[in-house]
Amino acid sequence: MISETTTKSPEAEAVPPPGPAPENKRVPQGAKRLLTRRDRITLAFMAGVPTVLHVALVWVTALASIALAFTSWDGIGFDSIKWVGLDNFRQLFTDNPQFWPALEHNVVWFVVLILLPTPFGLFLAVQLDKNIRFSRVYQTAFFLPVVMSLAVTGFVWQLIYNPDTGLINSLIGANKPGHYIDWIGDPKLNLWAVLIAASWRHAGYMMILYLAGLKGVDPSLREASALDGANEWQTFKNVIFPTLRPTNTVVLVVTIIESLRAFDLVWVFNKGAQGTELLSILITNNIVGESSRIGYGSAIAVVLLVISLVVIIPYLIATFRKERRA
Amino acid sequence: MPDFSLPAASRRSVLRGIGGAAVLGAGIPLLSACGSSGSSSDPKTVTVGSNQSDAVPKKAYASLYTAFGKQSGITVKVNTKDHNTFQEQINSYLQGTPDDVFNWFAGYRMQFFAAKKLASPIDDVWAKIGDNFPDAMKKLSKGEDGKYYFVPLNTYPWAVFYRKSVFTAKGYTVPTTWDELVALCKKMKSDGLVPIAFGDKDQWPAMGTFDQINFRLNGYDFHKSLMAGKEAWTDPKVKAVFDHWAELLPYHQEGFMGRTWQDAAQGVVSKKSGMYVLGSFVAQQFTNKADLDDLDFFAFPEINSAYGQDTVEAPTDGFMVSKSPKNHDGVVKLLEYLGTPAAEELYLKGDPSVVAASSKASTAAYSPLQKKAYDMIGAAKNLTQFMDRDSRPDFTSTVMQPGLQKFLQNPKGVDSLLSSIERQKKTIFASS
Repeated sequence: MISETTTKSPEAEAVPPPGPAPENKRVPQGAKRLLTRRDRITLAFMAGVPTVLHVALVWVTALASIALAFTSWDGIGFDSIKWVGLDNFRQLFTDNPQFWPALEHNVVWFVVLILLPTPFGLFLAVQLDKNIRFSRVYQTAFFLPVVMSLAVTGFVWQLIYNPDTGLINSLIGANKPGHYIDWIGDPKLNLWAVLIAASWRHAGYMMILYLAGLKGVDPSLREASALDGANEWQTFKNVIFPTLRPTNTVVLVVTIIESLRAFDLVWVFNKGAQGTELLSILITNNIVGESSRIGYGSAIAVVLLVISLVVIIPYLIATFRKERRA
Repeated sequence: MPDFSLPAASRRSVLRGIGGAAVLGAGIPLLSACGSSGSSSDPKTVTVGSNQSDAVPKKAYASLYTAFGKQSGITVKVNTKDHNTFQEQINSYLQGTPDDVFNWFAGYRMQFFAAKKLASPIDDVWAKIGDNFPDAMKKLSKGEDGKYYFVPLNTYPWAVFYRKSVFTAKGYTVPTTWDELVALCKKMKSDGLVPIAFGDKDQWPAMGTFDQINFRLNGYDFHKSLMAGKEAWTDPKVKAVFDHWAELLPYHQEGFMGRTWQDAAQGVVSKKSGMYVLGSFVAQQFTNKADLDDLDFFAFPEINSAYGQDTVEAPTDGFMVSKSPKNHDGVVKLLEYLGTPAAEELYLKGDPSVVAASSKASTAAYSPLQKKAYDMIGAAKNLTQFMDRDSRPDFTSTVMQPGLQKFLQNPKGVDSLLSSIERQKKTIFASS
């Protein structure tokens, strides 16, 4: 195989043939300088391009949107940017009837995800970890919603909840005048309806994370606790769960991120109508479209950024502290 | 199996490959961005940005451009985008390298881009096509500076739609006043019908009902200036609109917040709902020919005798010219053609769900429904577009859509809702 490519490709001829021999020849040179000029240029290029892209696409845009949060701009021409100080935030906190509900829904989203699907995912993972029959089939079935695009999830659940022709209302006969249950529109119901869809997906996600964590648990720990006479629940509570600590951290962070970036499901479900407002949807509604309010939308985005930082910074500090100790 | 030969040997060539790919990756969007604008500078081509992505109108528009090409020798290159995507991207599209001509809507939404200097005035075109249009259409095609910026092609009315067979079977008569409408609703309800079909999942249908009640009750001028942000939403006149609406709400189809207009229309198709306040595109849901022939409509009943039924909501679609078209002469020729009755007739052949904007276009091929729509629009003293076309789109989408839904959920909270709308309106309309 090797000879085949060396003869066929002119590229390979320019480069010394592989093997120990050329390595030896280059040693004296390499002792002084590990990398040739070309290597350094290539490496500079490889480090440079991602850095430039990262700075341009992450930092510049983030800082620009923070700056824009203090302006009023319709997105047409840079000369129409007007500095308005804290006006956007003042309006947001006092005049916008959707802002506080949106914030509340983001919090509810997190609380529900962490209280219901996460323990359920853990439960599934523990069951599947026992190597029961058809374990692979169950794994696939529970994980499938995670593989699907959230937009598709939203679309499917929207069909289930449709007030006239949806599965639920048809089954329980709630699609007749006087008995309507408006799962998608009723602001008292729709957040919970959409959270069921979100939980359905989140449980599978958590299951996979915990399953990976459980595979890493030393079997001898189980043996030891069995020898000590602990029953299954005691083993789990006192031995297995504490060893899952790193997984729990990941789960917590993932769930927080999921609840902050919740968007697609609701967007497809009902575009964030009353009852399901979310910060991400408010941002989109204000920025995307004609005669957009980019300054105002950026102000909402900054609020979201601050919330994310409040959550992420303590996590990073804790992680770095642990690494330094280790 | 050449991958076997990839030890140290070609490490560098791999690196080079990655670097090259990165450069290419960065270059491709730039290149393609140039491509679309560079190719259109020859005098035999005009480019058109189209939002008509649905099959029926897309084909109808294509037939127009083919006919124009045959007549003038100018090729029209159409760049069609998904309808909603087109609207969402319109800002950056018009600021970038837009096509020479683009599809757009009459009214405030057209005037907005004219005022922002993102569109070119086309008074030269109107000097030729002016006689083809009634005065109401001319008014709709002008920017705030009095110059023309828009060539209308087609329009359709909003009205109250119903099935003739349902009305004859139950002996209903078409209501012409508010009291008659309420009485009819009561009667329908006792007959086991849903009096007014309604679905507001997409958030815009409620705006249509508001418009109807507002210009019937307060007149065209007040409606227009309310939409332009010049009147206070806390005005008792606006409150009265919501009071009227609240009187009608118990007769609306339940569960409307989660229902699309298509599903609501199905209620009329299946004779479960009596009436439906919507645009004439409701006919699209009547796929059966016999059902379609049974469909009829009447103008929203009179509320205030001072205004009668003098205003018709008739959203109008047409064309605008971008800020610096590459082929100005070709553009003028194309628009002059699109403003002719012949072009409108040709379009309607392909898309019979709307009516011609020109009063000169032949009505011979119209269905009875189209003819009625045409007469209604032609007889109107004033034409409105629709709340989101007559007002700032950012105001209607971020304030009015959720605001109206809030009212529909809780009709009793009108006062605090209106003062909240007014506060938000002030900041939005003050912003530019």
